[in-house]
Amino acid sequence: MLENFREAFDGIRSHKLRSALTMLGIIIGIASIIAISSTIMGTNEQIKENLVGSGSNVVTVRLYQGDYPFETAWATAPDYITALTDSTLEEIRAIPEVASAAYYAQRDAYGQIRSGGNALSAGTVYGIDRSYPSVYGYTVRSGRSITDSDCTHFRKVAMIDETVSAALFSGANPIGKTIDICGEPYIVIGEFTRASDFRPKVSTLDEYFTYNQSSGGKVLIPFSTWPVLFRYDEPRSLVIRAVDTDSMTVAGRKAEEILNGTIRQENPEVRYKSEDLLEQAKNLQELSSATNRQLILVAGISLIVGGIGVMNIMLVSVTERTPEIGLKKALGARRRRISAQFLIEAGVLTCLGGILGVIVGIILAYGISKMSGVPIFISWVIVAATVVFSFVIGMFFGAIPAYRAARLDPIEALRHE
Amino acid sequence: MLIRLEHIEKTYGTPEHPVPVLHDVNFTMEEGAYYAVMGPSGSGKSTLMNILGYLDTPTSGTYYFEDVDNSRASDVKMARIRNEKIGFVFQSFHLLQRRRAWENVALPLMYGNVPKRERRERAEQALCEVGLKDRMDFYPTQLSGGQCQRVAIARAICTRPKLLLADEPTGALDSRSGQQIMDIFDGLHERGMSIIMITHEHAVAERASRMLHIYDGVLTGGDAE
Repeated sequence: MLENFREAFDGIRSHKLRSALTMLGIIIGIASIIAISSTIMGTNEQIKENLVGSGSNVVTVRLYQGDYPFETAWATAPDYITALTDSTLEEIRAIPEVASAAYYAQRDAYGQIRSGGNALSAGTVYGIDRSYPSVYGYTVRSGRSITDSDCTHFRKVAMIDETVSAALFSGANPIGKTIDICGEPYIVIGEFTRASDFRPKVSTLDEYFTYNQSSGGKVLIPFSTWPVLFRYDEPRSLVIRAVDTDSMTVAGRKAEEILNGTIRQENPEVRYKSEDLLEQAKNLQELSSATNRQLILVAGISLIVGGIGVMNIMLVSVTERTPEIGLKKALGARRRRISAQFLIEAGVLTCLGGILGVIVGIILAYGISKMSGVPIFISWVIVAATVVFSFVIGMFFGAIPAYRAARLDPIEALRHE
Repeated sequence: MLIRLEHIEKTYGTPEHPVPVLHDVNFTMEEGAYYAVMGPSGSGKSTLMNILGYLDTPTSGTYYFEDVDNSRASDVKMARIRNEKIGFVFQSFHLLQRRRAWENVALPLMYGNVPKRERRERAEQALCEVGLKDRMDFYPTQLSGGQCQRVAIARAICTRPKLLLADEPTGALDSRSGQQIMDIFDGLHERGMSIIMITHEHAVAERASRMLHIYDGVLTGGDAE
């Protein structure tokens, strides 16, 4: 066995240029597969990171009319949408994939949040209860959070985020100041920020709109004071925190089902839908993978071409070493041994090509990453798989030359000078 | 009897256009004998040697080696006979250029699954017999033609075969080296090795205990006893 490998390396070393050129086909094929797959996986990781955020695992379930969120500002909810009760919330909290959950109401407020002469051009008002900030992953930076007593006593207090704080108070301490929401005065009791460091990368307009919502100004007020600003029986939405990122979709689906169970209508036009960022991320990943899968296919074809190159060279090698084969047979080498020699030579050739291809591919991937800014993710499973695959190619395309070598007539082989 | 050939025929070509190479070849050989086969090129002497060495099979007739007819043996069995019972020496040495002298000698031992440690030992012993102990670690390119052929002889005898087949072993050598090679064959014969040597040099053939002539596929002198 060891001797077989030695023979294989001898064969490769005695024709360095030829072997290198033969390997080139394999190297190019493997390198492109590694480069493409690393970039795809890097892009996918980035998409997931950007959309899902680093571990916040938050899923919102909102009312939808068809494919669009139901706009409470423009229409009243149909009769069959009933007010969400605490027992429904308990039911949702009992879902194994759900870590915590809270109701909230929301309205976009354009230019309706002011303080003194300053106005917030775009912002959202949220009607919440005590648990909402912790579910969403907000932490209080200064002041305090909204409490149960704020809700039960209908206190007109508000928590604002940095955006609002910066826009209305330009750096001054907002706590205790009064802001004007849709004409009603509210006292700022706290400033909050996202607990986990969430810095989405915005590079396209679509992404900008996606993040606009989450990064725009937010004002949180007790839900009990909601009717003061808006309508009395406005439908609420749900926010849940899943136990981990992978169960976001399941948690969202289950919560959606429970909420839709409260609707008193067979096929309602307005219904609850979970707004699962993981799902969106997956759809985007799907899209990028689909296009790149074709690229991998093309790279795969180049591997086959490389394999044919290996076969060609192995056939030449067999012809060239005919006397050697004849001698070995005369000395008592069995057919199996002769074919093993050439199979191993082809395998070593393609394996080396595969390993070099992996190295070139990784360098290439880093180059692409440097140039385009897309992160790369090198999967060692794929690296191992490609090396194994290149070995298989060697075995496959080495089989015919090896068979021919083993079948050589020793007399003919010895006469061949 | 080491070798017994009975009515060996060998025909190449297609059934419509047969090319007869050997015709009714008969001969026997005792163990320890030293035969020389003489004949012009194209007479069929190489074909005869190939048949004797289990590299080729006769079209008809029976070849008994150690009183056994191996004509129906499998490929693997044939390989084992070649490996264990027969040693080959070729005109053009057929040494592997990328192997040291002793590694070339040990090659058949490897095919015979001799343990690694033993191989070098036995190769050294065989090289000793041909007087090349001090060239063990040389590569064939560092050796003269005569030395190469001596390495090839060492390779042929290291498995302690029953029969040594030599196909014009001096054909590619100058007369002085040829002389040395012939002396080695003489020595091997004295120590009991059975040898069949193909040659067209009369001086070489005369060293053998018996001379066979082959001409147009017909062997003479085979069963003269």
